[in-house]
Parts: sequence; C-alpha cells; structure tokens
Amino acid sequence: MSKFEFPPSILSRPIWGTLEPRPGKHHLMIADAEGAEAILDVATAEIMAQCHIIFIAKGTGFSEKLSQLNPAQFYEGPSYEAALPRIHRVLLDGHMGLQVYLAGTEGLMGQAMAEAMRAGIPHTAIQTEHRGSTARRMQCVHCKGITEDVETDPFVCKHCGLNLFVRDHYSRRIAAYQGVCVDAEDHGNIPPAKGIYQ
Amino acid sequence: MSGAEKIRVRVSEITLINALVTRFRFERCDGADLPTFSGGAHTVVEMQDGGVTRLNPYSLMSDPYDQRSYTISVRRDDTGRGGSLFMHQQVKVGDEMTISYPVNLFSLDLRARKHLFLAGGIGITPFMAQIQQLERFGTQWELHYACRNKGLGSYADELTSRHPNQTHVYFDDQSQAINLPHLLEGQPLGTHVYVCGPKGMINWVRDTAQGLGWPQDNIHYEEFLAPQPGKPFEVKLAVSNKTIQVGEHESLLEAMEREGVDAPYLCRGGACGQCETAVIGYDGKFIHRDHWLEPQEHESGKKIMPCVSRFEGKTLVLDR
Amino acid sequence: MTIQFNDESFRDDYSFHNSERALKRFPFPFHEDSYMYSVNMEQHRGGPADSVYEMRFDVDEHYVSEMKDRAIVLDQDPLRCQSLPHMTLAGWDLLELIMVSKSEDYPDLFELHREGDQWRWINKPLGIDDSFTFLDETTLPYGPMEYITRQAQGDFAVLDQRDDMLWMDAGMVTTQADWSLDFDIGMNFFEWHAPVPKAHEMGIFVRALKFLLNIQQGAPARRLNWTMTVNPLLDTSPENYHKWGIQKTTLTPENIGRKQHLRVELQTFFRLPRSNALVFPIRCYLCAFEDLMTVPKWGRRLHRVIRDLPEELATYKGFIDNRPLMLDYLSQFDDGLPTSPGIWPDLQSEPPLQK
Repeated sequence: MSKFEFPPSILSRPIWGTLEPRPGKHHLMIADAEGAEAILDVATAEIMAQCHIIFIAKGTGFSEKLSQLNPAQFYEGPSYEAALPRIHRVLLDGHMGLQVYLAGTEGLMGQAMAEAMRAGIPHTAIQTEHRGSTARRMQCVHCKGITEDVETDPFVCKHCGLNLFVRDHYSRRIAAYQGVCVDAEDHGNIPPAKGIYQ
Repeated sequence: MSGAEKIRVRVSEITLINALVTRFRFERCDGADLPTFSGGAHTVVEMQDGGVTRLNPYSLMSDPYDQRSYTISVRRDDTGRGGSLFMHQQVKVGDEMTISYPVNLFSLDLRARKHLFLAGGIGITPFMAQIQQLERFGTQWELHYACRNKGLGSYADELTSRHPNQTHVYFDDQSQAINLPHLLEGQPLGTHVYVCGPKGMINWVRDTAQGLGWPQDNIHYEEFLAPQPGKPFEVKLAVSNKTIQVGEHESLLEAMEREGVDAPYLCRGGACGQCETAVIGYDGKFIHRDHWLEPQEHESGKKIMPCVSRFEGKTLVLDR
Repeated sequence: MTIQFNDESFRDDYSFHNSERALKRFPFPFHEDSYMYSVNMEQHRGGPADSVYEMRFDVDEHYVSEMKDRAIVLDQDPLRCQSLPHMTLAGWDLLELIMVSKSEDYPDLFELHREGDQWRWINKPLGIDDSFTFLDETTLPYGPMEYITRQAQGDFAVLDQRDDMLWMDAGMVTTQADWSLDFDIGMNFFEWHAPVPKAHEMGIFVRALKFLLNIQQGAPARRLNWTMTVNPLLDTSPENYHKWGIQKTTLTPENIGRKQHLRVELQTFFRLPRSNALVFPIRCYLCAFEDLMTVPKWGRRLHRVIRDLPEELATYKGFIDNRPLMLDYLSQFDDGLPTSPGIWPDLQSEPPLQK
C-alpha cells in the first residue's frame, strides 16, 4: 500500500492532495518510485498528448507502465539531482497555463515544488500526491546541512553530527522540515530513537 | 469618521481630457510633500455637495514618486448619484478639498517576471501609475487598452507615443478586439495579468485565464462600484439602538454615517471588505452588489456590504 | 535630551545593564495581574515623554552596543539577514522610513540631507557619514534593508502583501525569540506562526491578520509581547540554541535575580508606501528580575502572572523547568496588595512592599 494518512499537524506542515486532470496547454509530471501510481491514476490520453513525464524509479518497476501512457516526452533519471538540469530547462521555457503535477516522496515533491515556484508558479497551483516512503528531508537549523530520508526521531545530522529532534515545521523554500538539537539543555541526554509516526 | 488618514489639498489644475473625462490635480494646502504611493492605489475624495457629503474612490494616476501633486481622472456619469457631476460641474481651480491617504487594493505583484495590463475605458487610470512605477526599474510590461472610439480613448495617444512597443489600443467602433486566448497563451511563466474596466470585461478575463490553466494568484482585478440609487428602505441598527431611513440616492453606509453611526471603510466601492456588517434579522430581499462577499455569503442572508448593497422588504436589523 | 550610550556586552561576560532611567521606561508588558494571548493592538503615534512609545523608532542607551552585537552575529552567520529579490523596493521604503523618522525625532544624533535622489546620511553615535543615490543599490555598502537595519535596534520582518495574505519575504533577525529567518523566509503569516500553541485555536492569528492587512499609510500600530531569557542574551536564535540552551540550567536561588531577564518585544507595524509591503520591527528590551523588583507594582504583578500562566504557554516560552525557581524568588515581592491597572510603574501612587 503506497498511501499513508498523515496525522493532523501544525499549519506550516504541507498537506498533500490527490492529482486531478486540469485544463492547460502543457503538463509537467514529476514523480519518484510509487509516485508513478498517482500518475497512472490521473493520466488521460488528452493530457498525455501534451505531457512531459520526469520519473526517478528508485528501483521500482513502473517505468514501462509510464512510457506506455504515451506521453509527449518521457524521461527516466537515475536520481533527482541528475534530473534537475532538465527540470530547470523545461521550466525556463514554460508558458502560463503549464500544469505541474508532483507525486511520490515528500522530498521529491518539495524540491520540485521549490523549482516550479522559482519559475513563477504559485504553490497553490501546483498539484501534489504523496505515495511511498514517509521518510523526511530534514534541515539542521544549526549547520544548515540537509539530511535526506530521515525515518527516526531523533536522528543524527549527517553534516555536523548533532542529535536533532524532528519538527513538523516545514519550509517550502528549503523543501525540508526543521531539525533542532535535542540535548541542548542537557548535554548527552538523547532519548531513544523511534519512528517519526510511531 | 472612519477611513484612511486625511490630507487637505487644493485643486491646482483641471484638464478636460475628452467629452466624458476630466483630470484633476491636487497639491497640499500646507505646501508640504504628499506621501509617495504604490501603483494601483486610490484616494477617497470628499465632496461637500450642498448638505450632503460624498466620498468617492478614484485611482491615483500620477507618478507614484511625484510628491508635489496627485492626479485623478473622473469620468462623468450622468445617471449616477452625482459625485462625478459634482467634480465636473462644481469643482474649480483653487478649491480646497479633503482626500484620503493612498490605499492600495490593486497592488502589483513584484515577483512577476512580466506584468500584463488589460484596461477598459476609464479603467486605464491605475495602470498609468503602475506603468510609471515599473518604467523606473525597467520591469517588463505590456498594455492592452480597449476604448469605445478614438475620441474617448483617454491617454491612448500619450501612452502610444511614450511606449509604442508595449501599448496596444483597440477601438470598439472600428471592431477591434483583444485576442485574449492568444494573448494569454503566449505569456512566459511568472506573468501576472491585471484587469480594470467594466464588470463584463473583468469576468471575461478571469474566466478565459482560468480556462487556460492560469493560477488564480496570477490574475488581479479591480472594479470600484459606485453605489446605485434604489427604493428607499428602513434599517434597525441594533448596537446603536436607532432606526434609520436610507434614501433613494444614498447608500446604506452614507445613511449610517449621516445618523452618526460609524462603520469602517477604505474603498466605499464593494472591494475592501472593511464595512462588512452582520445581519441580525430580515424579512425581504437583499440587493448585493459587492465583490467582497462570496456567493454563498450573499445567499446566506447573514452579511451585507453597506457601501454598495441595498435591501427591499419589510424589516432589516443590522449589528451596528 | 542626551543619551549616554552604555559600553556593554550581550554575550560572554554579559556586562549589559539598565540605568535608573532605562528601568523607569522599561515596557512592562502586563496591564493586569494575569496574561492570555490577545491581539492587543493600538495606534503607534507617540506616547508619554521619554517612554519607549514616544518616538517612531526608540533609540536608548543600549543602541551602540546592540549594533556591535548585531555586527558580530552577522559576521558569524550572514543568513540572519535575507531579502528575496522582489523585496528590494520594500528595503528602500524601510531605509527611507527609518532615516526620516530618526533624523526628525533625534536631530542631535542623526541627520538626513536630500537633494532629489542624492542623499547624505549622518549617524553620529555610530560614526557614519555616507552619501548615496536613493533607489540605486550599487551606491550602498549593503542592500538598503541591511544597511539601515545595521543601524537600528530590534529585529525587522518585512512582509509582502499579496492575495489578502502577508508573506515574510525579507528580514534582519539577530535578536529573535527562538525563530529562524533562514527557515521561515517565504512563509505566510499562518505558517511562520504555526509552532505557537493555542493561539490558532483561539482565532488570534485570523483576527491579527485581518488587522494587519488593513494597516494603512500614515497610521502605524503597535503591541507588546514577552518571553523569558536567562542572561541578557540578545541572540537567542535556534541556529545557536545548542550553544546557549545550557545557560537555562544555570539558575540558582542565589543568582536568579541577576541572571533571569524578562524579555519584552515592542512590536510596531508600518505600511510601506512605495512597495505596499508592511514592516514589522520587533524591538527587544531586557530587564533583570532584581531590577524589576525595585518597582513594587511590577513585583506583585509579575509573581501573579507567572504563577497563573497556563502550562502550555510556559512550555512554549521555554521556562517551564525554571518556573518553580522563579516563583520562589518572585513570591518574596508579592504582599497580596491590589495593583493599579495599566503597565506604568506608578511609583508615586503604589505603596511600597509590605513585607
């Protein structure tokens, strides 16, 4: 099951939606891993005729199914970082009316959303659907380094080594949740790590 | 009285622009500088018309950074309640008047990669100030301006000669029309569209843009409604414990102010939301005309915008 | 009115101190013996002579030292000052507002000479005399917002107004109550306040936003907010929390009067004319408990407020662990007598401590 119900939280925490077909002359879909399922669910022949799919498989086997949708352009990249120059290029050339659909992990959706926003699309107009891993992309508020795929709270910042607790406070600009030193007032007292949603 | 801060000004110049439109220039009575403003801002002009105080919003059209004077353009409305007629017929050079500080309900989105302006008739005025603001910083813009005919195309010649590449004028009597879908489709990501003109034009632009997949946040519009005359009606004001009569040619807001009941306002044209008033009870029907309340709120019978909306029926009790 | 600027520090040896005069004008934030969130806005158009409300931007004895502390913070972490690209015009608006206000309100300290767009700015306390072209960033050593807020006490959040919402798109934040500009920049009003408990459910932020969106040119507003800080530390940033957090555990019954500070924010709000943005200066005033206790009314009241504060708020404000220690100390200054309404010290009319 690739769908997960996130518990209610504070107002800065993003609420992911469900993709739906929208009118527009061009469509850009970016997904990773199980995010492919959301694209398969929303795809129509009409949209695919003007659609550019950018997919990062992360070891899943969805590529063939996606290419069978016959999108105008299909690209499979080995990682988000590898796909990024292409995403930049597509957004640079985009025109008003371009519809952006993001699906998959929070890290993928968050980063692609930040790129689309920088290109001039308001975040309220960008569609999202969470599928797959619930791991978080975390920013260490102290050293500013990003740790990807964090599944436990607390966790160790992979840049500065501090033990950080996982907040729900989220920055769209950085595409990450905030991690804050867990033992600042009692050095060395680190609670045992548990799953973020446990 | 409520509303923005006030400034005493003297009318320093009156210029006939065409058969319907006159331009007024204001300078401060105390000789000091006027506040700068942002393109799209309006001022509320107070008119002492016999025993009646009229307060009408007009877009500021002068260079926002010119602190010596403000200019506004007033289109004469022969069937209106008299505000524009007062400006055209009564106001003389040298007269002292009171205007409000600039208030902006139609601000530029400064993140925009490009600003696309669509004007209908007198709706050109806020764009005059916005264009001057953008020109100073070399930001990209483009204007599409629809007017009835050449004679009524206020400032069309001036704009065309100053900005020949950005200005596109369309005359109804020559059957020229904006090719809106084509125009909207060709815009780069990050473009914002602004429309000011009659209601029909605003709706046309909003609907077309949304149909083409434009995000709502990139579509901006402004229409100040003048209050329309209507049948007189009676209102009970629960908080101040008064029953007042709203005359045929005054708005509910004006009637409340006449009776010393203060309601906050910024635009008096159904746009800013300040005068929103809760309805306690009613028996009759509302004539809602504002842009502020959502359609469900109009239907709910729980809220009214006294600046432009009216009521027909037996009883109306408001929370004022 | 001449101001004697203190030579003091807000770190290491913490030589910060309030003079008798600074104590008398301290903006005590509690107008009654209890505290709950409220929008508590009022117009910002002057106030009693020599109060922190009198001028548009209050300059006090801590000015020069606070500006030195800001420079240290920015040297260590330039991300404390950021402005998204579309906010440059708002930065000029802010520069103009502060330069005009300070040169008019403190003519002996600041001078502004303008010939069209050619401006000359003289800041005597900081020894600055710069000429530049207004609206031309290349003629200033920093962007306009950074330039002027390196010369103005307090944090500054510059908010863009779009779609009936405020967006924190620029700021200078080096004396914050535990929030990160680098993280929060670009957020809307509800998002950057998201971590505040209770107030959302109470509708506080919806009402506050409505009020702020309608602040107009020429009609600024203000309110007070407060928290607690151990040691007169200005830079209580999340960025450095792993370094300063431990100081919260150093309180003892012997040192609490000296070390524990009430931290008050004078928040003001001005509409910026050229950009239609809103600037939100957050000016921080610190006062040691032992200094506050010299004002009998404040001693009585602070004890009652801290004693009755809901647990959630004491946790959010970060002093839940220290509350018992604070109450032991503060209770010595509460004799149970009634207090006069309002925030002012009322030294002439309030009786001295009866125990």
